[in-house]
Amino acid sequence: MADYEVPELKEYLQVPEPREHVTNHIAPFFAKPDHQADLGFPGELIDNWQEVAINKMGDLLGKYRSFKLFLDICVHCGACTDKCHYYLGTTDANNMPVARQELLRKVYRRYFTFAGKYFPKLVGATDLTKEVLDDWYSYFHQCSQCRRCSVFCPYGIDTAEISMAAREIMDAVGVGQKYCNEIIAKVFKIGNNLGLPQPALADTLEGLEEDIEDDTGVKVRLPLDEKGADILLITPSADFFAEPHVDGLMGYAKVFHEAGVSWTLSSEASEAANFGMFIGSYENMRKLSLRIRKAALDLGVKRIVFGECGHAWRVAYSFLNTLAGPFDFLDQNYPIPQHICEFTYDLLKENKLRMNKEANDDMTITFHDSCNVARGAGMGGFEGGQFVIPREVIKASCNNYYDMNDDTILDATFCCGGGGGLLTDDLMEIRVKGAMPRMQALKQVTEEYGVTNLAAICAICKSQFAKTLPYFGFRMDQIVSVHQLVSNAIVLKGSEQEAELDGTAGEDGEAENA
Amino acid sequence: MSLVSTLYVGLFYFATVFLVVGLALRIKNYAQTPAPLKIPTMPAPRTETGVVFRMFREVAFFESLFRSNKWIWLFGIMFHFGMLLVLLRHLRYFTEPVWFWVNWVQPFGKYAAFAMLAGLLGLWARRFLVARVRYISTPSDHLMLALIVGIAMSGIGMSFLTHTDIISLKAFALGLLHFSPQPLPGDPLLLTHLGLVATLMIVFPISKLLHAPGVFFSPTRNQTDSSREQRHIADWAKALETGER
Ligand code: HEM
Ligand code: SF4
Ligand code: SF4
Repeated sequence: MADYEVPELKEYLQVPEPREHVTNHIAPFFAKPDHQADLGFPGELIDNWQEVAINKMGDLLGKYRSFKLFLDICVHCGACTDKCHYYLGTTDANNMPVARQELLRKVYRRYFTFAGKYFPKLVGATDLTKEVLDDWYSYFHQCSQCRRCSVFCPYGIDTAEISMAAREIMDAVGVGQKYCNEIIAKVFKIGNNLGLPQPALADTLEGLEEDIEDDTGVKVRLPLDEKGADILLITPSADFFAEPHVDGLMGYAKVFHEAGVSWTLSSEASEAANFGMFIGSYENMRKLSLRIRKAALDLGVKRIVFGECGHAWRVAYSFLNTLAGPFDFLDQNYPIPQHICEFTYDLLKENKLRMNKEANDDMTITFHDSCNVARGAGMGGFEGGQFVIPREVIKASCNNYYDMNDDTILDATFCCGGGGGLLTDDLMEIRVKGAMPRMQALKQVTEEYGVTNLAAICAICKSQFAKTLPYFGFRMDQIVSVHQLVSNAIVLKGSEQEAELDGTAGEDGEAENA
Repeated sequence: MSLVSTLYVGLFYFATVFLVVGLALRIKNYAQTPAPLKIPTMPAPRTETGVVFRMFREVAFFESLFRSNKWIWLFGIMFHFGMLLVLLRHLRYFTEPVWFWVNWVQPFGKYAAFAMLAGLLGLWARRFLVARVRYISTPSDHLMLALIVGIAMSGIGMSFLTHTDIISLKAFALGLLHFSPQPLPGDPLLLTHLGLVATLMIVFPISKLLHAPGVFFSPTRNQTDSSREQRHIADWAKALETGER
């Protein structure tokens, strides 16, 4: 299937010996000059790039304590060396988190520290050469900014912070990544990652309303740009058409319908994703977030709810208030913003949703904690809510649920392998290799408990798994949305399913009173 | 006073000033550099009190390291807590009369030196034996361990083998404290020990030893999980908003 070796799934996850130059050839396509320009970056590698890069590094050192501190305090203890899924999947030494940091740290030392200026060899400091820049471009695009290493470092050193800074420095000298920068430009111009304009969006939503009505006999609405609605739903654009995402979107619609709330999508802010985070650009991340604030103000909504998207939820939960707040114009009785899982969970707790778990009896489910939700955000206003709430929503929707191995879930979860702006075909090799640890854990529960499906609340995880599952002998449709399970199980009032369950259905399966 | 004594007096004053000023500047720098975004490694404590507990567990028990790697944790704990006891024991050279609890520490401190040394040797062995750690080790990592192993061995040598003239040593130490320099006993082991200690003091503020003050400033460990409830914004980020809302 591929012209590279797909890692073999063993009985247990094994820590490989480090090897050099295994994946240095993997690097994403460069952004074209006009996309670079859209984001305010130089079109291509500028002449005095070294000088600009070092100045940019100095600028970031003054702006981000994380960056400066993490470059200073690593003791090379090695505790993080076996924690990165890309290292485990590729065996490339530079994919050990500390080695990845070191690619940048050695330059930091050379230009910003006493020891590096006067004793470069001793402390491993080097000049910023073209070779170093090439290594940066390769290896800082082999980091999905998943923060697993940060959990295990005695000082919480977060390689994601380093790779975000590295990408920002590279953008500043004109070497941007095509996938991320093209997408950000698209959001600025059209409103979402996919470049879906308003009419196409309206069309799609109408189609989904028909699908739901065909399935249930109930008219469930998916409103777009409706002024005065209570809730603005911000969801990743993959939810509008891709499988299994779209089944999740239908799930949210059904939940809103049953809750009896008025809600709307916005064509101006039809994208939850915020790739500004991936490229480490505060300015771009902020500009993307302000679209959401504007849409909320324009539509006059009282609440903002986010759909299933991992990094979007990190930006929403942890950064939105900072980037686009204060949200004093919204209803303060609800979390700002709220996650769709929190919304559904609250209704379940209040017994406001009728769930028919048997509808999912054809599946045995396990849950993949998405890295940005697990380690970058929270839910429910209590510590660890991001682990409890999605699981409770799943368990309310199905009868068969098992967790994967402890070392691979909750805050120790393995990234899907496609996060951090790596979800592009030009990085397929690293995506497949990086998926190995998760696939290994999945294989284990498949064999032990007969797990058939992997549920997730992240658009990137879903797309990545749909693509990589087959490389490991699974089927692409084994990945499901959490709200797809909800959608299957929820019994809408006045639906055919309700009639059937209550024994009031006629011969043709239609509800008699319909 | 002999030339050697004079040199050591000068060396210690220099090392002390370098350490104190260097550390103060670095800490000031960390404290003043903003953390513009909320990036605690989640799940994180919801309150400031919770953060104090989290930090305490990190510093006192190396909690994350324990989850991460039991060998590094074991050697790290032996080294650091051995060193802590040894350092406390050293207070008897600088206090007159010796504080009562420093006396209590004496017997433990004496043997803690062996735990410290064993921990250090364990950590050092990993740098040769574990391929991953070998790959990331720089010459300075080895030198740093050599330096501290040197301090520990020369110290143990004096406690258990040769027995230095403690009375004159204490006079020297108190002399430094009270700015009335006294001669230093010319024991080669003692000179080695003190020379290495002064080197460590000088290296401290310009090396990875900054992890000691640094850990307290780590945003992934010292921030609360309260981003939805409280707006967190850095000055430079606030400036981007002028005229906007
Ligand atoms: C707040 C105080 C401190 C904390 C929480 C702390 C914590 C740690 C941790 C977790 C490690 C990694 C594990 C290990 O290799 O042991 C480490 C390494 C190290 N620490 Fe500390 N430390 C502190 C103070 C100090 C001090 C005062 C020194 C002074 C000599 C020191 C010297 C070292 C050295 C040399 C290493 C690297 C060991 C190696 O090469 O493997 N630490 N520290
Ligand atoms: S953030 Fe994730 S991908 Fe990046 S180095 Fe750490 S573990 Fe690897
Ligand atoms: S665990 Fe932390 S301190 Fe240890 S090598 Fe990794 S980044 Fe450095």
